[in-house]
Amino acid sequence: MVEIRFHGRGGQGAVTSAEILALAVIEEGRYAQAFPAFGAERRGAPVLAFTRISDEPIKIRIGIYEPDIVVVLDPTLLKSVPVFSGLKDNGLAVINTNKGAEEIRKIEGAKGTLVLVDATKIALEELGVPITNVVMLGALLKGKPELAKMELVEKFIAERFPKLAEQEIKAFRRAYEEARVEG
Amino acid sequence: MKRVGIEVSIAIAEAAALAEVEVVSAYPITPQTHIVEHLAELVANGELNAEFITVESEHTAMSAALGASLAGARAFTSTSSQGLALMNEIVYITSSMRAPVVMALANRSLSAPISIWNDHSDVMNERDTGWISIFANNGQEAYDLTFMAFKIGEHPNVLLPVMINFDGFILTHVIEPVWMFDKEEVKDFLPPYEHPYKLDVDRPTSHGPVGLPDIYTEAKKQQEEAIRNSRKIIDAVWDEFAERFGRRYRAVEEYYADDAEIVLLTQGSVTEAAQVVVDEMRKRGKKWGVVELRLWRPFPFEDLKKVLCNNNIKCVVVLDRAISFGGQLGIVMSEVRSALYHEKNKPMVVGVTAGLGGRDIRFDEYVKMYEIGEKCLKEEKEPDKVIIVGLRE
Repeated sequence: MVEIRFHGRGGQGAVTSAEILALAVIEEGRYAQAFPAFGAERRGAPVLAFTRISDEPIKIRIGIYEPDIVVVLDPTLLKSVPVFSGLKDNGLAVINTNKGAEEIRKIEGAKGTLVLVDATKIALEELGVPITNVVMLGALLKGKPELAKMELVEKFIAERFPKLAEQEIKAFRRAYEEARVEG
Repeated sequence: MKRVGIEVSIAIAEAAALAEVEVVSAYPITPQTHIVEHLAELVANGELNAEFITVESEHTAMSAALGASLAGARAFTSTSSQGLALMNEIVYITSSMRAPVVMALANRSLSAPISIWNDHSDVMNERDTGWISIFANNGQEAYDLTFMAFKIGEHPNVLLPVMINFDGFILTHVIEPVWMFDKEEVKDFLPPYEHPYKLDVDRPTSHGPVGLPDIYTEAKKQQEEAIRNSRKIIDAVWDEFAERFGRRYRAVEEYYADDAEIVLLTQGSVTEAAQVVVDEMRKRGKKWGVVELRLWRPFPFEDLKKVLCNNNIKCVVVLDRAISFGGQLGIVMSEVRSALYHEKNKPMVVGVTAGLGGRDIRFDEYVKMYEIGEKCLKEEKEPDKVIIVGLRE
């Protein structure tokens, strides 16, 4: 089982990231759960969303405390939220940043393989808004391609954003191309 | 049947739509809201031919559902926590007037302090209202059981309301795979709803008039018999469903109970988590199991005795998700203990509670519950009161 924790800010669509990934996995015939951090959400406040992926039916339903992967949608969270908290030592941290690996490694608790992408730039150029939920899925799949099939993720991106499907998918693919995996 | 990734709330709304409910009367409340939102959408889009009654409170939601049901319409509502508490007066009246309303109850704790999160204090507060009450432990079960609830409640030998319990947020807000039916597949499973004494201007009847002391006792006795007899129909509906669609539901579900010394007795979504713990701990030599009390009302006395008094189970640890203040604390624990009272080979009954107001129950806390059972066995002491697991002191 792979457990993923998404960090975003209310309104950025972290829950949507978690959901699209789960839907793509389920469509393939495998098992997935997606759920938000339960409670009241406020625009701009740090929020969490979670995805579990497995080849077997998933029976556990508690929060994810020791994720295999963390995905950080907003670079400003790196300063205010302990995004590496509980991440497994051999885990993956997929981060929206315009900084290099050396700088990210200086963050307290930083560990695991880094996947870095300037998602805000891609989102602004392709979508015209700094909404990085779909973009970050592209970077996530670069870091761990076996999580889900690209074409199925694209199918659910198109379903979720019928009017913006073309742009969203382009941004998703661009993030996949531009993301850098740093041992 | 089609396997889809879907939010469990939406699946539950689709189960009501699959049953072609004719009246939905509901008021939004977290964490149930997505269910009635989706039904409102289906009605507004013309995909469901139903009357959606927007009401000013849950008290009215249940009142309208009751009236609709007695007038011969298939009626559905959904609520949580304070909403159910506000409904309480009419919840009791609905079963007493034998109206087979179906209610999807997204279980949530009761205030105060205000908590929108999950436990079972809402359903336990309504224990004695005369409804058939059933627990689902995942999205698939919530979907199947909601759909089947109509067939159970509306059966002419039952005519009682049914509530389906599923954990708020923990189930309602999760996207997971659910096998969903096409209308065609189930169209002859659920017969049209016919209330034999419905409100009909051409054939006038009175419902719910005053019951003087010379009749009230008999009315309650009949109601008690009705819910007791509903058990046959519940089993028959679940059996037919299993034969036709392959998914079997039982009043009491077992997991390694026939080869366990200690079992945890659960209701709702904690069941599968406990099964994961048992899988892991059996690898380490622990003879542990899980028994799920799926059917809460009518209480499955005989099934439970058969499963728990099987000579190998030495201790049953009952996990209550609500507190009865000033009593033994555990409502389910008290009932299980009393159900086994006359059995010669009964196991020790130990009560624990955890996961109140939305607190996660972690793996080590499930282990702790079984270890409490081990300790009680070793000391040969059955505690009177429930032990709270995960309490900060």
